Amino acid sequence: MKMNILKSILVFATSVVAISGLQSCKPKKVDSALAGNAAEKVYVAPGKKDELYLFTSGGFSGQIGVYGLPSGRLLKVFPVFSQDPEKGYGYNEETKGMLMTSHGYVPWDDSHHPQLSKTDGNADGRWIFINGNNTPRIARANLGTFRTEEIIELPNCGGNHASPFLTQNTEYLVGASRFSVPYDKEGDPSISEYKDKFRGTVSFVKVDPKTGHMSLGFQLLVPGVDYDLARAGKAVSHGWVFFSCYNTEKAHSLLEVGASQRDKDFIMAVNWKKAEEYLAAGKGQKWPAKYAHNYWDENAQTTVSEMMNEVTVLDVKNLPGVCYYIPCPKSPHGCDVDPTGEYICASGKLAAVIPVYSFTKIQKAIEAKAFEGDFDGVPVIKYEAALDGEVEKPGLGPLHTEFDDKGNAYTSFFVSSEIVKWNVKTKQIIDRVPTYYSIGHLCVPMGDCIKPYGKYVIALDKITKDRYLPTGPELCQSAQLYSIEGDKMQLLLDFPTIGEPHYAQACPAELITKNEVKFYKLENNHHKYVTTSEDQAKVVREGNNVHIYMTCIRSHFTPDNIEGVKLGDNVYFHITNLEQDWDVPHGFAVKSANNSELLIMPGETQTLKWTPDRVGIFPFYCTDFCSALHQEMQGYIRVSAGNMPIKFSTGAEDEPTVSK
Amino acid sequence: MNKLSRIIIFLCALAIIPANYMSVWQIQLEAPQYPEGMKMEIWSHKIGGDFDKVNNLNHYIGMAAIKEENFKEFKVMPYLIWAMVGLGFIVALFGKRFLLYAYTSFFVLCGAWGIYDFWNWEYEYGHNLNPHAAIKIPGMSFQPPLIGWKQLLNFIAGSFPDIGGWLIILPAAIIVSVNVYVFFTRNNKAILIK
Repeated sequence: MKMNILKSILVFATSVVAISGLQSCKPKKVDSALAGNAAEKVYVAPGKKDELYLFTSGGFSGQIGVYGLPSGRLLKVFPVFSQDPEKGYGYNEETKGMLMTSHGYVPWDDSHHPQLSKTDGNADGRWIFINGNNTPRIARANLGTFRTEEIIELPNCGGNHASPFLTQNTEYLVGASRFSVPYDKEGDPSISEYKDKFRGTVSFVKVDPKTGHMSLGFQLLVPGVDYDLARAGKAVSHGWVFFSCYNTEKAHSLLEVGASQRDKDFIMAVNWKKAEEYLAAGKGQKWPAKYAHNYWDENAQTTVSEMMNEVTVLDVKNLPGVCYYIPCPKSPHGCDVDPTGEYICASGKLAAVIPVYSFTKIQKAIEAKAFEGDFDGVPVIKYEAALDGEVEKPGLGPLHTEFDDKGNAYTSFFVSSEIVKWNVKTKQIIDRVPTYYSIGHLCVPMGDCIKPYGKYVIALDKITKDRYLPTGPELCQSAQLYSIEGDKMQLLLDFPTIGEPHYAQACPAELITKNEVKFYKLENNHHKYVTTSEDQAKVVREGNNVHIYMTCIRSHFTPDNIEGVKLGDNVYFHITNLEQDWDVPHGFAVKSANNSELLIMPGETQTLKWTPDRVGIFPFYCTDFCSALHQEMQGYIRVSAGNMPIKFSTGAEDEPTVSK
Repeated sequence: MNKLSRIIIFLCALAIIPANYMSVWQIQLEAPQYPEGMKMEIWSHKIGGDFDKVNNLNHYIGMAAIKEENFKEFKVMPYLIWAMVGLGFIVALFGKRFLLYAYTSFFVLCGAWGIYDFWNWEYEYGHNLNPHAAIKIPGMSFQPPLIGWKQLLNFIAGSFPDIGGWLIILPAAIIVSVNVYVFFTRNNKAILIK
């Protein structure tokens, strides 16, 4: 009896010890402690400048954020696909046209992948391009002015996601459809006809090497799967572009299951030089297509918005040598080409390995016709024939890879929330570091170039949870800066970002600052409604439209007293900033304007349309604190019920100018 | 005059030539809002540099706009500088003492006139202030320095010769030195030529 009691106690004690022991066997999280000198490495003293510019996509904000690195300081947010009342972008008469599409005025888009223009495979600091995913578009902004100068719409496309990845001399930008759709001319087949009627397109947008002007070169008609991301080949692989594809199951509903069935999806390799040959040989077909092309006319300081009506298409099924599929495990996202151009790394979101393909092997496989069959008429190269090697057990949910200048690759892992550093040649993992939390893309400065800058990797996180002071249900977005100078990656800094930073590109500051525009030269301003001096300021009635030719200079508007506007008139304030100095913008706002303000840079003319809704006196004023007498920079416009003579003046209160 | 003196005078006259194509005098302005500074240049025949910016700021204190057409000096000064060059060649060619004395006097007169004229304009602009201006200057005097640095409200103003000016001042100093040398050796036949 006693023995039994003792035995029971022993069993009880043993099990308690065993269970509590098990609890202490909890795997340890990777230590997140910062190294002691992190602050020193990101500190940029007041008045000193950062080493690099970082351009982050605004995601659903439709903008681009500009940061200094290593400090992470926000320098500017400029609008691309979204109206911005602060700058009058999309509101003033000059920029409204930039947001025109074949669907009319679309003042928002989802901007994903900024791309710095390239020369010889390296960032040249001239322009930045970014895709609009929702209403398929590609935009170009000038990095001398940090302004959007051109937007081209892509027809026959749903979800311009694999975009605008550009070739090594910015010959072409690509735009491939994430959502396959019936081509524009095919009307509205049933969704259940997906497999027969839904198709993808890859648009090749040509870029003028001098002006940056974009035009739709040609579209490839490709099978109806989801095209996700892309990179152009470079150096040895120049002339090719590689795309990741998922949903090769061709599901059209509940894709999270339906598009995750096959063990392998595809990387699509496109030989665009071959496509150009077919085009030159007249193999392209002209299809009717409606799409907008909007560009900034520097001379007239106004957007020109054109509606295009034709596109040249090439059907890859009928044109051998243009397009190949390569099997890739499983639902790949990133499809990234290393600095030598030889290795193509694909990141299957649900895959257990990172396959690294060899460009040379792909070429040999094509020559030897090492195909395992075809997919909708496109040859599928054998996986092993294209493969250079696999990175084993890298982590969970690989998404995107960039490269440093020492032969290493950095891959982001969304599910295991980490960055993994590995060697491109040996495929060996060198280091891993946690991110906070769930990193999407990452960015090594010039990490997609032939000569990466290296030094840092920036994590673009999807979840921030407990990293910052909370701001209600919608928390801040965030990026993280890591040093990659040593063998071990080292977390240096968290910094909040605007919108959702899908992707970012960074380059040395001097590439951008060398093109800096300080102000616009008044003598080059050929705006239709420019007023180059105060004595030319005037008010002109044309039927129901009243055109006010106004100037501003510290600290007054000319004219600043205006009468003779009648209820029912449209009033156009054409305001020229006469300043010819750095950092002297003037703002303009008039009471009751239902659009926005104007923010006019020195030497520039902008137009605000105003339709007063009642009789009365409406003050207007400068909104940008311009000078010691900024607060005095104001005026009045009178709106009357009946016909009144136009009168305007500045400073001569008793004798206004009367115009006929 | 000995050969060396004549060569020196020749070289001095030669050195003055570029002064016709450069800024002769400069007024620099710095303020907290203008860390990059502004520079007004006075050439022999025109004004240059940031005059537009300065004119725009001057309206706050009611200073008149500085306009090129107001200065008759720009019609005269190029001739004076070319005269400095031409007369120098004549002095070097003939090597006569009295020519050198006359040449030197010409320099001194030009210099004195230049300084007086510059001061006069500074006085004119610095005191002829619009009484209705937004900012009232205490004593209604806002005169930049003739030469050197001076604090004027939020601006530090500096007035100095520019490169073209130095191309006149340095030769002038050498010419005066040659003059002194020639004067004190005038009875020493041994070093006289002829």
